[in-house]
Amino acid sequence: MKGIITVLGKDQVGIIAKVCTYLAEQNVNILDISQTIVQDYFNMMMIVDISNPAKAFENLITDLHDLGLTIGVEIKLQHEDIFNSMHRI
Amino acid sequence: MISKFEVQETNTMISEMKLDVRTITMGISLMDCGHPDLKTFNQKVYDKITRLAEHLVKTGEDLERQFGIPIINKRISVTPIAIAAGPTEATSYVSVAETLDRAAREVGVNFLGGFSALVQKGYTNSDRILIDSIPEALAVTERVCSSVNIGSSRSGINMDAVKKMGEIIRQTAELTADRDSLGCSKLVVFCNAVEDNPFMAGAFHGPGEPECEINVGVSGPGVVKRALEDVKDVDFETLCETIKRTAFKVTRAGQLVAQEAAKRLGVPFGSIDLSLAPTPAVGDSIAEIFRVMGLEEAGAPGTTAALAILNDNVKKGGVMASSYVGGLSGAFIPVSEDQAMIEAVQRGALTLEKLEAMTCVCSVGLDMVAIPGDTSASTIAGIIADEAAIGMVNNKTTAVRLIPVIGKGVGEIAEFGGLLGYAPVMPVNRFDCAPFINRGGRVPAPIHSFKN
Repeated sequence: MKGIITVLGKDQVGIIAKVCTYLAEQNVNILDISQTIVQDYFNMMMIVDISNPAKAFENLITDLHDLGLTIGVEIKLQHEDIFNSMHRI
Repeated sequence: MISKFEVQETNTMISEMKLDVRTITMGISLMDCGHPDLKTFNQKVYDKITRLAEHLVKTGEDLERQFGIPIINKRISVTPIAIAAGPTEATSYVSVAETLDRAAREVGVNFLGGFSALVQKGYTNSDRILIDSIPEALAVTERVCSSVNIGSSRSGINMDAVKKMGEIIRQTAELTADRDSLGCSKLVVFCNAVEDNPFMAGAFHGPGEPECEINVGVSGPGVVKRALEDVKDVDFETLCETIKRTAFKVTRAGQLVAQEAAKRLGVPFGSIDLSLAPTPAVGDSIAEIFRVMGLEEAGAPGTTAALAILNDNVKKGGVMASSYVGGLSGAFIPVSEDQAMIEAVQRGALTLEKLEAMTCVCSVGLDMVAIPGDTSASTIAGIIADEAAIGMVNNKTTAVRLIPVIGKGVGEIAEFGGLLGYAPVMPVNRFDCAPFINRGGRVPAPIHSFKN
């Protein structure tokens, strides 16, 4: 089972570090990561393995959202199925 | 693997273009609740609904979080009460409506549909009791929706019922006169009603449906509008292609939610209703799509053609995206629930007659139209008859949800609140049709109904 994490917000030091530290604590493996900065705006997408997380998927969603609030960026975790179903036949 | 572009596209659709799943509606059969004693019947109905739908709202909220897509409404449709309550010895079904209202509140759904009767060919005793109970039932309940099917392409039109519904709509308006005749916003008169419609106020769980099922209504006028803005001034081929592609993606999101919801609730997945359903929010409007297509306002010449194109291509795009398509499936044109439609009425661009023409090519009918409070029952019946004729002859569903706003006249505003929005009172043709309506009896089925 895979999840898609998107991070959007003003660029600053340590965004990736904080997100990755949290994911490591939760036993979530990062499968793919891509990041761009356009006009100081940080935009990252991660594909992560959520087959065996320490916490339930719903809790990861809340934790990441809250983590985003403390850093001042928007962090979303969504199940990959929503993207697969909309963009793949 | 999913690309960053695709992730961004989906999330922009959700956050900026108001992509959502409009409703997850659980259809519940009440066929096994029959009992001669009304109290026992009501108890069985309450118990069954609250048992089966106990986790409906929670499941909807979980899916919303998991996929990151809003699921706006969780609702319930039940077996038409005129059928389910048939075995009771009751002479009024108002207490059934109150029971449904309590059950809806208990499980946390905002609307419950099915205070309904199917009388396209004639009344049963129970149908009469139900129809007579409608005005009071809608006045004393908050969440119950009612519908009556008065015609079909197979059976013709029950003109006695058409006349009766003109009177019932007026009585409902009068009993809720203190709330701008709000009761009428929960009452739909159908021709060719569908049995698995998840959208309110016309939802009911038809007699051919299973014990319990999940039907999902997708939406997304905002997404279609934005997609068309990106391809401005293209020819009709590209225009249609763009609508199809967008409808496909929107429907796939609905299909995913429907399957997952059915799985978690342990009930079968019924069908997806591919409808573009507007809300009063700016940007979530069918009439705004018309503007992008090149019409100054909804109602301008070309509007019927634009709606036909929109409706057809939503279906074409959606059909491939879902394994079961059902319900009404098309574009909804409720006046009060669509900000740009309201503006079109206020600017004098959109009339009742143009709306009637539009209903020939879209999935519903005269929906959420406020008319003067002094409109007579026979005039309302005449409007219903016109819409039913369009549905009967064209083998399509048509519906009438008119609100004669007691105490208000043309140009005044009726406020319904929430998703139901507000509407300017529209003028109605003042010439009399009473002798026509008073004939009574039944219009025979049209010639093309004989397909066997």
